[in-house]
Formats: sequence, structure tokens, C-alpha cells
Amino acid sequence: MIEVSGLTKFYGPRAAIQNLNFSVSAGEIVGFLGPNGAGKSTTMRIITGYMPATDGSVKVNGVDVFDDPIQVKRSVGYLPETPPLYLDMVVEDFVTYAARLHDVPKSSLKKSVTSAIERTGLSHVRKRLIGNLSKGYKQRVGIAQALVHDPKVLILDEPTVGLDPVQIIEIRELIKSLAGNHTVILSSHILPEVTATCERIIVINKGQIVAEDTIDRLTSRMQHGAIIYDLLVKNPSDAGIASLRSLSMVKAVKVDGSKISIEIDPTQSDSRDRLIENAVASKMGVLEFSPEKMSLEDVFLQLTKQQ
Amino acid sequence: MKKALTIAGKDFRTYFYSPIAYIVCSFFLFIMGWMFFFNVKAFLLRSMGFNMGKATSIAEGILRPVYGNMNVILLFLIPFITMKLFSEEKKLQTIQLLFTAPLTVTDMVLGKFLSAVFFVLFMLGFTLAYPAFLIAYANPEIGTIVTSYLGTFLLSMCYVSIGVFFSALTENQIVSGVLTLISGLFFWLISWAAQSAGPVWSDILEYLSLINHYNNFSQGLIDSSDVFYCLSFTGVFLFLSQRVLDSYRWR
Repeated sequence: MIEVSGLTKFYGPRAAIQNLNFSVSAGEIVGFLGPNGAGKSTTMRIITGYMPATDGSVKVNGVDVFDDPIQVKRSVGYLPETPPLYLDMVVEDFVTYAARLHDVPKSSLKKSVTSAIERTGLSHVRKRLIGNLSKGYKQRVGIAQALVHDPKVLILDEPTVGLDPVQIIEIRELIKSLAGNHTVILSSHILPEVTATCERIIVINKGQIVAEDTIDRLTSRMQHGAIIYDLLVKNPSDAGIASLRSLSMVKAVKVDGSKISIEIDPTQSDSRDRLIENAVASKMGVLEFSPEKMSLEDVFLQLTKQQ
Repeated sequence: MKKALTIAGKDFRTYFYSPIAYIVCSFFLFIMGWMFFFNVKAFLLRSMGFNMGKATSIAEGILRPVYGNMNVILLFLIPFITMKLFSEEKKLQTIQLLFTAPLTVTDMVLGKFLSAVFFVLFMLGFTLAYPAFLIAYANPEIGTIVTSYLGTFLLSMCYVSIGVFFSALTENQIVSGVLTLISGLFFWLISWAAQSAGPVWSDILEYLSLINHYNNFSQGLIDSSDVFYCLSFTGVFLFLSQRVLDSYRWR
């Protein structure tokens, strides 16, 4: 659906992105992950035809963005980092305006607008001024604007930034519901954000793709094929730790205060219950047992180290 | 072109959401009404014989001064109408919606231009009360009224096109408005320089001066060279706006 090859963009002498290559197939939800300034927004802007690339090409549905931008723009919905909202317009009028700009035929205009407003949960504020809405609702109006013409491709730049947790979950659900009918690319600098919604992630750092894979495989790659669990205990004892070490599937145990990191041999069958039984039996007072969480910093450290 | 009208329609409606449109429109009508009143009054005094028996026509005594002044006032007011056109969209980044929608830069420029032109027409619409008053109580030259409006409209198009250009150039509304006003004045006052310039330059400057092209209209004449001048003036500035906006994305 989307094919990006050799994409490069210079801002003056500084390269924002360099030689990006990736493709997204129809119906997929792909996440762009990267720190601020990594080139996520630039890449998205080029795909939407907002900005021309210095080099390389982007094809959406087989059509080159540079050769036929109008055709591409018709099939792409875009939510920029700052939603392009006219604060002095009423929600319904604004969505209608966006629909007309995106060639929604007159006959289905009303239906498209109503459906976009309903899908983004804006029905009860449709007659209100956009300027008077909360940030979460403004973000939803931005999404409604992006999907009003039922585009094949949706490009969402940090769709949940600045929202409260309830709103974040609602927007995530909305994005997930779009999968299948729409191809979605979304960007974020928050790892759990991407893992919650996307099937595949592309990690970008300093304008280059650091990793591109499904989430499961990427995590295991980051841990060098090992599985690590974190065990949080009230009173760690040497005897307890020793007995953990003695288990056959445990490859290594690292103790950091009350946190015990246990590395498991991935070739053996799942034996988490034996680990927990052992920990409970040694009376250390188990508080928490969870797979090791990697922060974005860890991800980058790990991934860039491998390069 | 359909997209241009969509943009123009939306922007025209947006004018009425902000106080600036009401301020500009009411100020314009206040000044114009005041001018019309005093010109009619002065004309009546003169025609009653207070001007040593020298009679003037309605066209000469009322229409010319009123519509001549209207042009000057529009020169000062149109920058307030055009200053936000692209500037505001750039500042609030709403221009991204236009740039990522399936439309051309020409559509955007035409849409913005038309929205401001519609607003000027809206203001001019109220001033039809003056000729209506004259027709009701006197016998004015209809032809002169028509050409006065045509000239005013064509000159307004020129001012609006300057405004579109400067609003495309900067994201600061004040800068956009001030530059539009200065350029409008420049093209208006250029004829002063013509008076002291050499033989060839004087002709060129005279031709470039906007207000010179209004003179014929105010006398009830439609000269194709005036119409051509206004249309090409507008065309050049709209073309420049299109270039500026097109390059905006390349930076």
C-alpha cells in the first residue's frame, strides 16, 4: 500500500531523514517510534504530499506522491502534530468543509460527515465551537477531519499526545477499529503507546531506521533471545536467591535491592509457575512478578548497540 | 475551481465570526454616508445659486467626489480585510489541511482572493443606497453610476490581490496588512513622481499609477486599457502569491 524507498530530506545542510526504506501493506497498523526530532513527522509529511522530499520516492497505492499528488492526497487522511482546526468554526461545519476539500461527492456528504462524527464520539458536541472544546475533543475533531473522506491510508502524527488516560484508551480503541479497512501509520515517542495499538513498529533514530519488525520479535531481539522476568520481593534473602539460581531453567539471576532479575533459558518450556512457587516457598514476600519492561531509552541503547 | 469556491465560501463566512469585519464594514459605511450627505448638501447649495450661477451636473457634483473618495477609503480598509487570509492559516498551521487536501495552490490563491472580493462586494452592496436615493429624488446619469462601480470594483480587485500576496509572504498579520497598505499607497502616489520625471518615465509611471486608471471610470468612460491594466495587475499579484505559496513547502 505504501512504499517508501531511499527517502531523504535535507533542511538546509542538516539531514532530517536519510535513505529510509520501508513498506506498509494494506490494512496494517504500523507505528513509528522514535525520540523527538528523529524524523517521524518529516517522513509523514512527505508521505502526505505536504512536503517534497530531497531524494527518494513514496508510492501510495502504486501512485507516486511527487508525480500525482492530487490522486494520492485523495486517498490519504492526515492528522498533523498540531491538528489543523479553525477555532472559530462549529465542529459539524468544519468536518463538512474538510469533506468537501477531499472530494466527497455531494450526494454522500451528509452521510460521511455524520459517520465521521459518530465514529470519533463527537455527536453531542457537533454544534459547538471548536475553540471551546477540550484538548481531547479537539484531537478527536482532528481525527474526524482525517477520516471523513474514508481514506485508504490514515497518517496520524502523535494522535494521543496531551490526552488524559481515559481519552488515550478511547483513541487507541478508535485506531484499532480502523484496522482492516484502513492502512494506518501512527507515530509516537512513547513505547507502550505503540505496543498497545500497532502490529508492527518501525524504530527511527536520527533520521534512520534502527529496527523494523513485529513487536514480539523486536522485544526478543532486544533481549538477545533471552526471556527476563522481574521479581519484586519484600525481604530478599541469600538463601532464596540461591534456590532460584539452582533451578534448571534459570540462566542468570541479578539482584538489585529488592528487585531480582531472572533470565530464563528460552529453549525450555514455560515454567513461570515453578519460579513463583520457588520464590514463595523461600518466604521472601513476593510483591510482583512481571516480564521485564524496557523503556524507550533501553530500546534505543539496545538497538543502536546492535548496529 | 470548485475547490476555490469551497474555500472562498468558507472564508467569506469566517469574516462574520470576527469583529474586524463588522468594524471595517461599519466604519466604511459611516464615512461613506457622511461623505454622501455632505456632497449632496453642498451640491444643493450650489444649485440654489450660491456658486455664482455656474451649474454642475449630479455626475460632476456628487458621483465623482463620492466614488473617488470611496476608492481612497477602500485603499486604506482592504488591508484589514486581506491581512489574515494566508497569514493566519500559516500561523495556526491550519494551512496543512489545504496542503494535504487534493487541491492545487492555484485553488487556494483563487479561493482566498475570491473570499476577500466577495466581502468587498458585500460592503459595496450597502452603498447602492446612495444611487437609489439619487434616482428616487433626482435624475442622475445611470451610466456614470455603473462605470463608477465597475472602476471601484476593478481597483478593489487590485488592492485585494496585493493583500493576498503579502499575506502569503508572512505569517504575521500586522506585517501583512502594513505592507499591503504601503504598496497600495505606493501604486496610488506613483503619479506624483511622474510629474517630475523625464518624458518616457513620466508616461510609464503615469500608466502604473492605480488611481489614474480610475479617472476614466469616474467620467463614465470604460477604456479597455484601464480594464486590461486592472486585470493584469491582479493577475500578476495572484501569480506571485501562487509562487510564494508553492515555495513555502520547499523550505
